[in-house]
Amino acid sequence: MTELVKITNLKNYYPVKGGFFNKKTDDIKAVDDVSLTIEAGQTYGLVGESGSGKTTIGKMLVGLENPTSGQILFDNQDVTTIKQKKAIHYNKDVQMVFQDSQSSLNPRKTIGTIIAEPLQNFGVPAAIGSEGHNQERSFDQEKIEQRVLELLEVVGLPAKTVEQYPFQFSGGQRQRIVVARALATNPRLIVADEPVSALDLSVQAQVLNFMKKIQRDYGISFLFISHDLGVVKYMTDNIAIMHHGRFVEMGTNQDIFDHPQHIYTKRLLSAIPSQKVEDRQSKREERLAVAAEFDRDHDLYYEPDSLRAYDLSPISETHFVSIRKDHN
Amino acid sequence: MAEELLEARDVSVDFRIKGTYQTALAGVNLTIDRGQVLALVGESGSGKSTFAMSIMGLHNPELTKVTGSIQLNGEELIGLTEEQYDQYRGNSVGMIFQDPLSSLNPLMRIGEQIAEAITVHNGKAQSVSEHVLNLLTEVGIPDSDRVAKQYPHELSGGMRQRVMIAMALANEPDLIIADEPTTALDAVIQSQILDLIKKIQQKKGAGVLLITHNLDVVAEIADEVAVMYAGQIVEKAPVERLFNNPKHPYTRSLLRADPENVQAGGELYAIPGTVPSLSEMDHHKDLFLQRVPWLDQKLVDADVADTLTEIEPDHYVRGTAWQDFAFPDEQEIEGQS
Amino acid sequence: MAKTILRRILIMLPQLILVSLLIFMLAQLMPGDPFYGNLNPNSDPATIERMRHAAGLDLPWYEQYIRWVEHIFQGDFGTSYTVNRGWSVTRVIGSRIWPTLSMGVIAVILTYLLAISQALLAARHENKWIDRALVVWNTLTSAVPSFVFYFVMMVLFVYLLPLFPSSGTGIEDGQSFIVNFFNNLRYAFLPALTIALFSTNSIFQYLRSNLLDQQAQDYVRTARAKGVSMKLVFRKHILRNAFLPIASGIGYSITGVLGGAIFAETIFGYPGIGALFVQALTGRDYTIITALMLLQGTLSLLGGLLSDIISAWVDPRIRVK
Repeated sequence: MTELVKITNLKNYYPVKGGFFNKKTDDIKAVDDVSLTIEAGQTYGLVGESGSGKTTIGKMLVGLENPTSGQILFDNQDVTTIKQKKAIHYNKDVQMVFQDSQSSLNPRKTIGTIIAEPLQNFGVPAAIGSEGHNQERSFDQEKIEQRVLELLEVVGLPAKTVEQYPFQFSGGQRQRIVVARALATNPRLIVADEPVSALDLSVQAQVLNFMKKIQRDYGISFLFISHDLGVVKYMTDNIAIMHHGRFVEMGTNQDIFDHPQHIYTKRLLSAIPSQKVEDRQSKREERLAVAAEFDRDHDLYYEPDSLRAYDLSPISETHFVSIRKDHN
Repeated sequence: MAEELLEARDVSVDFRIKGTYQTALAGVNLTIDRGQVLALVGESGSGKSTFAMSIMGLHNPELTKVTGSIQLNGEELIGLTEEQYDQYRGNSVGMIFQDPLSSLNPLMRIGEQIAEAITVHNGKAQSVSEHVLNLLTEVGIPDSDRVAKQYPHELSGGMRQRVMIAMALANEPDLIIADEPTTALDAVIQSQILDLIKKIQQKKGAGVLLITHNLDVVAEIADEVAVMYAGQIVEKAPVERLFNNPKHPYTRSLLRADPENVQAGGELYAIPGTVPSLSEMDHHKDLFLQRVPWLDQKLVDADVADTLTEIEPDHYVRGTAWQDFAFPDEQEIEGQS
Repeated sequence: MAKTILRRILIMLPQLILVSLLIFMLAQLMPGDPFYGNLNPNSDPATIERMRHAAGLDLPWYEQYIRWVEHIFQGDFGTSYTVNRGWSVTRVIGSRIWPTLSMGVIAVILTYLLAISQALLAARHENKWIDRALVVWNTLTSAVPSFVFYFVMMVLFVYLLPLFPSSGTGIEDGQSFIVNFFNNLRYAFLPALTIALFSTNSIFQYLRSNLLDQQAQDYVRTARAKGVSMKLVFRKHILRNAFLPIASGIGYSITGVLGGAIFAETIFGYPGIGALFVQALTGRDYTIITALMLLQGTLSLLGGLLSDIISAWVDPRIRVK
């Protein structure tokens, strides 16, 4: 396996201001010392409640925000800051897909123009798929137009889409347009922030299937940010659970779903309703039991009198849990 | 025998769009008993919220025509004047909305907003503020004193939804309508809110109409489920039967589209096509069949009876297409055997 | 809250310095000086030179600026050159400020009364004839230059229907404040009403669309679902939310009156600050011009502060702890 991205000790603090001179009095630790390695062709899930810092990690990764400290390596190049990312045209390789396709598409531009934008910036790669990422890029207008049509075909939209405007499409179609734009430059990593949480079930299925397909076909790495554990379970190989800016557990899909260790992970898992109606009562009891354990064993998982989780320690080659050191 | 609380007979809603009326809800029949949670499931545009708004009488009368009969405790609601409707909105029916931030007045303290629900039906009394604090405690807000003085933006999403529930409960309604009550919430909070709704419903013996597109939520708290598509109910059954033995092609497709029901590595069932627009809806047909590509066109075009068929006790399905319906992969297996 | 206000006032200081510098430079750029034109053409150039020297007009601009600021801090804005020759600027402005202030306050009150009642009427009868008529009227008043209307009002209410005096302020030296106040009302009302009539349009449009927007908000549906009648929802929920952005504009509109006064005072022969400004400009009365511009600049900054305070006061979401 080749390492694509390596995030080390990443932090993102917001100052809290107060007092007469509006001086910094404290920090809000949106992301507090987080490390993660993304390997080529693998899918990752980042799960946590709203405000847990998962979106901030995504934004630092694609270059929408600068970290307070820590390091991001891409292909062993330092791309921690937005400036460093710009210098190597990083965004041709790393793209982001947002939850709200309505607002991430300019209503006054045609779909053709929207999808062509990254191509105007970074040029057309030689071929669809990640093999093309190191090749010469062309800025020839004809090639750009041809590439846009190719992309529309990949996402299953007709060629006439080029002339149309975002409002003419349904939520699912718009989400596919957003994915087409993200794919335009042959990225090697796509960060998808709640890409389906605004969609109906049937449309969600279309988009998920499609993302899974392009991921497999082109060997693109995915970082899937979501609060929906069902979706993450279906989509990803590796999962990190986040709580209050910290990773509390990290492991493979099986590690997390079959052998959850951290109390917060257990709590999240117990909160997923079961479609086995006959298990309803036992699920509810389990949920209450986990909630009670969460309160009782707080100090085992979080630093005393705070919500800061301990550093991760390994319990197997792939599985890491944040738990008090003296615990065995 | 359960006591009948709400009875909707042949409820239709037409919206006036550019001068012509278009049918958004076509002949819905439903009953809710006291102490029962009925879930109305469907995707956006299926008409489930339109139905809820008809019970509340909150459609714009200039743009909407509601016909049929909705009886609550034996009293007819359709045709009431605004003043008559105001008497029972928030009084015998309480409603919980989806987005608690936008659904609360940003400039009014929490306490005032709950108090308003009480005073509008009971007049001003000294006991109101005490009542407000009790309600907040009842929905699991510990420091009710402080929260009552706060503004909506100062609370978390889960707390705001608890406030909405407190407001809906203010006058001990017989019927609680919850429209996507947990859609905006995280998993842990969602389960807490669902538990709360269930607990209160059991304590008060109220009936609940739960409107949602989330099958997990249905499985969690519903007693009975009605599945809606394009303004009509296509299947209705007790919750266990619906999940264990779904019949209508739409219900089955939805369940297959849910990641939860797919084996690892399997593919989700993506329902092809889109919900028809109001002007394209011919409610004499089973409209979902248009989105089953392998079906015989004759079956798609066939007229379907307006009423549902009871195929086993309490299990109702629309039309007859379900009888031979199978997904392509199931057909293969049948062919082999 | 008090802390925030104090901090905001401190931040205003550098802004004020910048404004004063700008004003001073602009005044320097104006062609000519007060001694040209107003003196006997046969005057000895040496005499003019002497007078300029005495006034400090031959110094480099930055020295003039420092002198100017020093004097301002001592409450001395200089002496009027042409308008009221020999009077101190403070005295000139002092004699003119009360008429403008009273007219301005009446104008602001009338503006809001008119705009709010029009908007309420229009929003409640959306798309009915009264709504359309009000929209047309307000489009008209924003499209036609205000002074055209001022003349029309003048002709209507002074000449054809002589309800109001044609010029003056009704304020006399030596009269008691109360007498002056009531005498002045008769003179101030017509220009104030005229200003108000033709400055409602932006507030009206904004408030009307706000009211319509707010009616479609989710919290309105919630209130209706509680059983609150539409009338009460309008009064208790919609009004406050719709007024919110308007309220914060009050601060700015008070300072805006000074600008509006220039036309109105000149046309209605109402000798206040606006008319003074025009006189000072034609007479190249530097000291008056710079003092007035400084006044306007300071008021603008204060207006901004006032607006911020009002918004924080009415909107709990931006209230500072």
